[in-house]
Amino acid sequence: MRDFSYLRADSVEAARNAAALPGAMLLAGGTTLIDLAKCGVAEPSTVIDISHIEGLAAIDVTADRAAIGALAKMSHVADNAEIKSYFPAVSEALWQAASAQLRNMATIGGNLMQRTRCPYFRDPQNFPACNKRAPGSGCSAIGGVTRGHAVLGVSEACIATYPGDLAVALIAFDAEVDLGERKLKVEDFFLAPGATAEQEHDIRPGEVITAIEIPGSAAARRSTYIKVRDRQSYEFAAASAAVGLELEGDGRTVRDIRVALGGVATKPWRARAVEDALKGKALDEETVRKASELAMAGAVDHGANHYKIALAPRVIARAILKLGETA
Amino acid sequence: MTVHDMKHAASDSARLEAVGGRLSRVDGPAKITGAAHYAVEQQLEGLTHAVLVGATIAAGKVSGIDTRAAETAPGVLAVLTPDTIMPLNGASDWFGNPSPQPTFLPLVREVTFSGQHVAAVVAETFEQAVAAAALVKVWYDEMPAIVDLSDGKAGDGIPIDAMTKEWGDAQAAFAAAPVRICAAYNTPREFQAAMEPHGLIARWEGDELTVWEPSQWLDGMARTYAEWFSVPFENVRLVSPYIGGGFGSKALALAHSAVAAAAARMLGRPVKLVLNRPQNFTSYGGRAATRQTVAIGADRDGKIQSIVHRGVNETAVDGMWVEPLGSVTSIMYATPNFSSKQNVVRVNTVVPGAKRAPGENPSAFGIECAIDELAHELGIDPLEMRLINYAEQDPHAKKAWSTRQLREAFAAGAEAFGWAKRSPQPRAMRDGHQLIGWGVAAGTYPVRRAHGEAVVRIMADGSVVVESSSIDMGQGTYTILAQTAAETLGVPVERVSVKLGDSHFARAGVTGGSRLAGVMTGAVYKAAGQALDELIGLALSDTRSPFQKLQANTLQVRDGRIASPRGEGPEITIAELMSAVGRDHIEAKGDTLPASTTPEERYKNYTTIAMSIPHTEGEYSRHSWCAHFVEVRVDEDFGTVRVSRVVSALDSGRLYNPKLAESQWKGGIIMGIGQALLEEGVVDRRHGRIVNGNFADYMLPTNADIPDIQTISVGIPDPHSSALGGKGVGELAIVGIAPAIANAVFHATGKRVRDLPITLEKLI
Ligand SMILES: Cc1cc2nc3c(=O)[nH]c(=O)nc-3n(C[C@H](O)[C@H](O)[C@H](O)COP(=O)(O)OP(=O)(O)OC[C@H]3O[C@@H](n4cnc5c(N)ncnc54)[C@H](O)[C@@H]3O)c2cc1C
Ligand code: SF4
Repeated sequence: MRDFSYLRADSVEAARNAAALPGAMLLAGGTTLIDLAKCGVAEPSTVIDISHIEGLAAIDVTADRAAIGALAKMSHVADNAEIKSYFPAVSEALWQAASAQLRNMATIGGNLMQRTRCPYFRDPQNFPACNKRAPGSGCSAIGGVTRGHAVLGVSEACIATYPGDLAVALIAFDAEVDLGERKLKVEDFFLAPGATAEQEHDIRPGEVITAIEIPGSAAARRSTYIKVRDRQSYEFAAASAAVGLELEGDGRTVRDIRVALGGVATKPWRARAVEDALKGKALDEETVRKASELAMAGAVDHGANHYKIALAPRVIARAILKLGETA
Repeated sequence: MTVHDMKHAASDSARLEAVGGRLSRVDGPAKITGAAHYAVEQQLEGLTHAVLVGATIAAGKVSGIDTRAAETAPGVLAVLTPDTIMPLNGASDWFGNPSPQPTFLPLVREVTFSGQHVAAVVAETFEQAVAAAALVKVWYDEMPAIVDLSDGKAGDGIPIDAMTKEWGDAQAAFAAAPVRICAAYNTPREFQAAMEPHGLIARWEGDELTVWEPSQWLDGMARTYAEWFSVPFENVRLVSPYIGGGFGSKALALAHSAVAAAAARMLGRPVKLVLNRPQNFTSYGGRAATRQTVAIGADRDGKIQSIVHRGVNETAVDGMWVEPLGSVTSIMYATPNFSSKQNVVRVNTVVPGAKRAPGENPSAFGIECAIDELAHELGIDPLEMRLINYAEQDPHAKKAWSTRQLREAFAAGAEAFGWAKRSPQPRAMRDGHQLIGWGVAAGTYPVRRAHGEAVVRIMADGSVVVESSSIDMGQGTYTILAQTAAETLGVPVERVSVKLGDSHFARAGVTGGSRLAGVMTGAVYKAAGQALDELIGLALSDTRSPFQKLQANTLQVRDGRIASPRGEGPEITIAELMSAVGRDHIEAKGDTLPASTTPEERYKNYTTIAMSIPHTEGEYSRHSWCAHFVEVRVDEDFGTVRVSRVVSALDSGRLYNPKLAESQWKGGIIMGIGQALLEEGVVDRRHGRIVNGNFADYMLPTNADIPDIQTISVGIPDPHSSALGGKGVGELAIVGIAPAIANAVFHATGKRVRDLPITLEKLI
């Protein structure tokens, strides 16, 4: 931890201007930033506190669209009655994330920007090599403890898992992130590491997330988020799935399906191959399980995380079958 | 003159404040309102802050340290290295054996584990010390490290002959047995993970040292500081009023303690040093990783003929820790032939330490899983299996049990759990995707005994003060000592204030091994009895006392009022008597040591564990016992295990306070659930370093992981174990939970997981 200056922004405009300063970082709920500052990963020269900006915490939901302000708390969104009825997977992803205390502090904007839990990333003193932290320094995780690392979207530079839950539900339903000047699909907002592990988001200096928007759909209305982990609560996903389902009038045939994965990939992962394999098909266990396997095409493990390749399709299948049963 | 009779009062457990009553924790309100100040919360004039620099290699030498940038950083008062920190004297170990090395450097040049302290920065503020510590540059000559027990370089280790237990011809009897099982059971490195981190404030005034430090053993730690700095024992004062969890880790003064005390001496200012969370995983040891093989040979009707047990635990390159792995194996079941041997293997880790039920806990994991495997092999119900081989006496010591309510525990637990409805086949019960399994295991913990001392003071206003340098780390010492004094003296419990956690109070030995309640209730009972004798003696004989004319030979005290047993004559309060006879207090110091004890023996008794009384001393073998019944639900696709029901029946003898005992038992069961399913210090094999040393990654159970837990007390007073009939409570219940869960997982899934923790990838 080193000295930094502290600025309190009272408008988005002011935050944008300040955020363009070199070494500046935004502070919302602080649950990621302060943590990373303590372990010596984040070393901001200026901290811009955006938590007092008015009007950024609104939660506006109809059947057609949800607009969630960047400063809305995770717990408020999780508990919102309209979110629960029109976007249940979003609510479920949120309340299964972190702990009650953290959800009361943490914001939606900050949540999208949370960093990986790769233990090597978080310990610069003992593990200087980390391409995400220090581009070109190497990757300490490869060859080390990899139980939590990704099997999808990995590169030789980095195999760190994207840890969040909310974004998984967001990409399943084609949500957009509002950066003021531009709007991006959440799916495009997150970047796989490739050769540039340090670039995790398509966000430029001086940009501030102001809101996320989720288009309503029948699939979003019948949706769920299943999160699997050793500990019942307060643990990141070993594997998770956000699934939305719309059936034809026969109550069996898939009209629309959305599948996204968490805990197994370097970014929130949309499993389109599974969706395509099931569209127009009648739901039965065998079909669903087979289709779910397609999500793992191209998966690469590093030993201890091998189990994720078996686990993730089972999580997808469970979520789809659960939604199918409630027809 | 015998002036009081405790016997009837002692059984009066219906009264909340009596011994045996369910009085709530008397320290509870102070903790809940924040009025309780923990050791490092003291506000001292001129306080400085120290931060440690840990080695980033697991083995090798420090080849250079550049402190210049740190020294010139804002607020920095000193940067200490092995070259600049004052050398200390080597202190004797906890048995009182002198140190093999005459000097002790708490910062090292030779690194034997990752995180070992190589430098320290002292600054005016904590933030300045943290910032400057990051500027200390250290160079190393790294050497290959032995990472853990499975390291190819680790070898077989050192045989510990003292751990060998043998009778009959175990190998031959095993070879000849018609039914045999043999399997290996492993437990990983686990950590005490107390909420309150280790840390201290040290202040010197001349040659007198005061240390505020969470401590399970004030007198033992004071001795260590005194020896390190060559000052008389009396010059060191340890203060530890509250402890935010110790679980065995806070009984000794450790290297970081020495750094802080040395820095305070060198700077002439008080120094505060608190280990950060990752350092709480590397600066002192958790439970050693263990390996065991258990081979059991039996008749077809399930009678055990032989047990052959081999155990290994890891220890440090520069320190010895033996985790006694044959401790439960050798006493739980009757067997005519037995052999247990143990090695320890040196690896590059901080020296492991005590964690709740050291020895018994991993030992039970081996034998209690193995007995389940044997039961399955034979097609015998695992509970029946345990009864067939019930040990009617201590099979190792060949002595009668003082009390062993284990049969009663099995019966009461099975009844409450509904064990009779269990179908023997694995995978027989399911609920949707969840496979349901039921498992049983037994546990035990020896009654560790020692002598204690306490001061009881009756004040002019009739209130009572109890003083002891023993401690309360949440287990309830404040409360049960108040109950003991209140009952013995016949005063309301609110009138008793208990003062603990200051080494200037009456002395106490270690709070560990579940001994404190038995030791201290005995000492307070004795001291309070002496104070009462003096009070009643005054009332009967002092010329100013209204009872003097009564010519009675005894009086009784109830609710703080003194009267003759038959109600004749006056009835007055203790305060009125004190005022009548002109006394401002009556003080008695009581101890349970034999009268012949020399001052040297007393010192040894409180500052070492060399004078602990063996649990098999004399005619009896003394232990607490328990039986755990567990239901798990395993998701057949995901491999996740959830404990859905626990019923445990426990024999801790007489309970001084059932409410607190139940809390201790439940705490042990919860910790055991964590051990079974979650806890593991994960080591990077290339660097020999724990990579999950924080509370986000080192998994401890949350409330959501814990079902309703039913505990049933089946104990009876055990007069051979303690003055008031209690046996150990605190460590008992963690023994046997992990095997009960592993056995239930087998029953649910048909898969035997012999490596803890039982994480999901082991079941999919
Ligand atoms: C122990 C622990 C367990 C957790 N478990 C989970 C879990 O299971 N699932 C899960 O999903 N999450 C989990 N989290 C992560 C948690 O959800 C995030 O820390 C939280 O959502 C971050 O929000 P915040 O407002 O506190 O962000 P901050 O810490 O304030 O900010 C985080 C980052 O986002 C940037 N930022 C903040 N707001 C904006 C904005 N409006 N525009 C642009 N950039 C911005 C900041 O500069 C910073 O870099 C856990 C965290 C912890 C500490
Ligand atoms: S996996 Fe990525 S984050 Fe982790 S050490 Fe390698 S480069 Fe760094």
